[in-house]
Amino acid sequence: MSSPSSVDHHGKPGEHHFAHHFRSALHEFVTCKQGMWLFLVQEVLFFSPLFVAYFMFRAQYAHDFHLGALQLDWKMGALNTIILLCSSYTMARAVTASQRGEKSIVKYLAITFLCAAGFLVVKYFEYTHKIHDGLLPGKFMTNPELLAEAPKAAIFFSLYFCMTGLHGIHVIGGMGVIAWIMWRAHKGEFGPKYFTPVEMTGLYWHFVDLVWIFLFPMLYLVG
Amino acid sequence: MSSTTAVAGKNYLTDPKGIGSWIYTLDHKRIGLLYLVSVLFFFLVGGIFALLVRLELWSPGQTVMSADTYNKAFTYHGTMMVFMVIIPMIPAAIGNFVLPLMLGAKDVAFPRLNLLSYYIFMAGALLGVGTLFFKGVDTGWTFYTPYSTKTGSAAAMMVMAAFVMGFSSILTGLNFITTIHKLRAPGQGWTKLPLMCWALYATSLLQLLATPVLALTLCLMAMERVFNIGIFDPALGGDPVLFQHFFWFYSHPAVYIMVLPAMGVINEVIPVFSQKPIFGYKAMALAVFGIAAVAFIVWGHHMFTSGQSATAGFIFSLITMFVAIPTGIKMFSWLATMYKGTLRFQAPMLYAYAFLFVFLIGGLTGVVLATMAADIHLHDTYFVVAHFHYVMVGGTLMGFMAGIHYWWPKMFGKMYSEGAAKLAWFFVFMGFNVTFFPQFIAGSQGMPRRYYDYVAEFTIWNQVSTVGSWMIGVGFVISAIYLMASLVGGRKASDNPWQALGLEWQTSSPPPTENFLVDPVVTHGPYDYDKVAA
Repeated sequence: MSSPSSVDHHGKPGEHHFAHHFRSALHEFVTCKQGMWLFLVQEVLFFSPLFVAYFMFRAQYAHDFHLGALQLDWKMGALNTIILLCSSYTMARAVTASQRGEKSIVKYLAITFLCAAGFLVVKYFEYTHKIHDGLLPGKFMTNPELLAEAPKAAIFFSLYFCMTGLHGIHVIGGMGVIAWIMWRAHKGEFGPKYFTPVEMTGLYWHFVDLVWIFLFPMLYLVG
Repeated sequence: MSSTTAVAGKNYLTDPKGIGSWIYTLDHKRIGLLYLVSVLFFFLVGGIFALLVRLELWSPGQTVMSADTYNKAFTYHGTMMVFMVIIPMIPAAIGNFVLPLMLGAKDVAFPRLNLLSYYIFMAGALLGVGTLFFKGVDTGWTFYTPYSTKTGSAAAMMVMAAFVMGFSSILTGLNFITTIHKLRAPGQGWTKLPLMCWALYATSLLQLLATPVLALTLCLMAMERVFNIGIFDPALGGDPVLFQHFFWFYSHPAVYIMVLPAMGVINEVIPVFSQKPIFGYKAMALAVFGIAAVAFIVWGHHMFTSGQSATAGFIFSLITMFVAIPTGIKMFSWLATMYKGTLRFQAPMLYAYAFLFVFLIGGLTGVVLATMAADIHLHDTYFVVAHFHYVMVGGTLMGFMAGIHYWWPKMFGKMYSEGAAKLAWFFVFMGFNVTFFPQFIAGSQGMPRRYYDYVAEFTIWNQVSTVGSWMIGVGFVISAIYLMASLVGGRKASDNPWQALGLEWQTSSPPPTENFLVDPVVTHGPYDYDKVAA
């Protein structure tokens, strides 16, 4: 990886016009890749306080968290998990297609984009249902049964909305990037010589999926 | 290697021309200068707040401002100095300029991201300064809950400012790590990397790993303020101490974000002005990573009195003392580097001496505060204020001054007046000690920090301290005058005025836009003063 002159399976350094401070297209690619991985490391730490707060309050208010979690619909969560796993697969296919210079990249990116949109639609129905039932964060919690039985479930819903909300923002951001990449792919910008943006978007999208893989059992299943 | 001569009149300052070429510049040197100008402006504002705070403390009771105004003045002094000055001061301003030059690279790895980081920083900074027009902020720079979620001031806007500036810090760290990994000149193996670059690497790691935690914590605090989510609010079952844990998980490493780059500068200055190889190169490189690693597991020493268990307190106390080991390695290695060297007493070296002196005091009082039993007495007194000013101002600011004097000829191609620099150094160094040493005494006698008022017994120490703050002010005014004068009428600097071996001195002063006319190849270590004639 560190030697810019080595050629790996991703393709030979070629005609792609790389930025002036790199020695080759491959040098540019490996640099971008390292930068992207570092970005994902900081993303993990960005989410970490929410996870710490979740485990701390779960240990403190186990009963209330249990009753809070029962209010979530695990079937909706499972559906969204399947949708995101599918989108991860199509994203991986899009990356491979771009490396091979295949036209199918646009198709795969489009499916990924639609999966992301589908995820948000399911989330929208979940949110409106929770709002309707008064299952809201902190002071806004108005659900009478839950307030009587488990007053600290308000914190569960604070964390639920913060965690899925932050994840949702990442999904929306990802959709923007995927749309941009799709447009560039449509113009035929990517091929075996240059596919850096596609691969970076792929890394990001897999991370967004992975966060959900942790959120789903923590919020919907445990308890 | 011989130095390259510049094409007449063509350098990064003059080519290309026009205001647009600065606003949209992707050149790391220009971005470094943009940061430098911005940071120095905020330093001026933060400094004025500091002078106001000291003026108010001239005598017990009200002197020049009301108690509420005083709370805001020290909050702005702290917040601006931490987030807008000391954190970006060396990495973003000086680091941006020198890092690619020291690596023999043409730019940082991601130049566009670099420019974006600058504008994110400015957006956050302006948001922070903007709070002045919305009732101000009176929480102190730590934003402790539950006060920060209840106060009627613009605390939410201020934490959003810190949140935004955090992303600038994260992205700069990401950029620097990748640059150091991928853009070193041929021949520059890991053991030939200048120690400034090692220091920037460790700093960048801290920026990358710690800042996101603070970012999200501040988000939660703002959510708490706006939506009452209850995570930090005990009335809803939340835990205000959790905020302190999150806050210090970032803000303790942040202390090393501030001081490690200063150590990097000192690493460069001392060998050059001793004309000797640095003592213990590998130990020095490892020591910054030792400090960075320990930085993540000592945050609890800020919370000895916050109700954590005695066991936790004991462990945090013990681990904190481990920080003294890598720091001690660095102190002794600097002394050993100077031993029997050919010492030159020019401005950068004088500031390096000042660094060693004040950082020693700051570091040793840090061990005192790390001792839990002693800290119970000293917690939230002026002893703590004096300690962290000795480390943050003594460490970072002296390091910054050493760096700016050392690289000034490279940045602008001009020499400043050495005599004026020595005079300013005297005021800054003496003024610093006159300001903060009395605070150790007042603090150990029990004077609490952040209070608007104090008992009459402490008057003398406060007045000495206030006089000291004026001396520091005079020192920086002199510095500003001779540095700006050098731009207009300064003697032209040679390519390598200090006879240094670093790559940045092998290009012209100021460097061309592409940094090096011929791509450099590294054949010797950065401190081989015994083997190579500079």
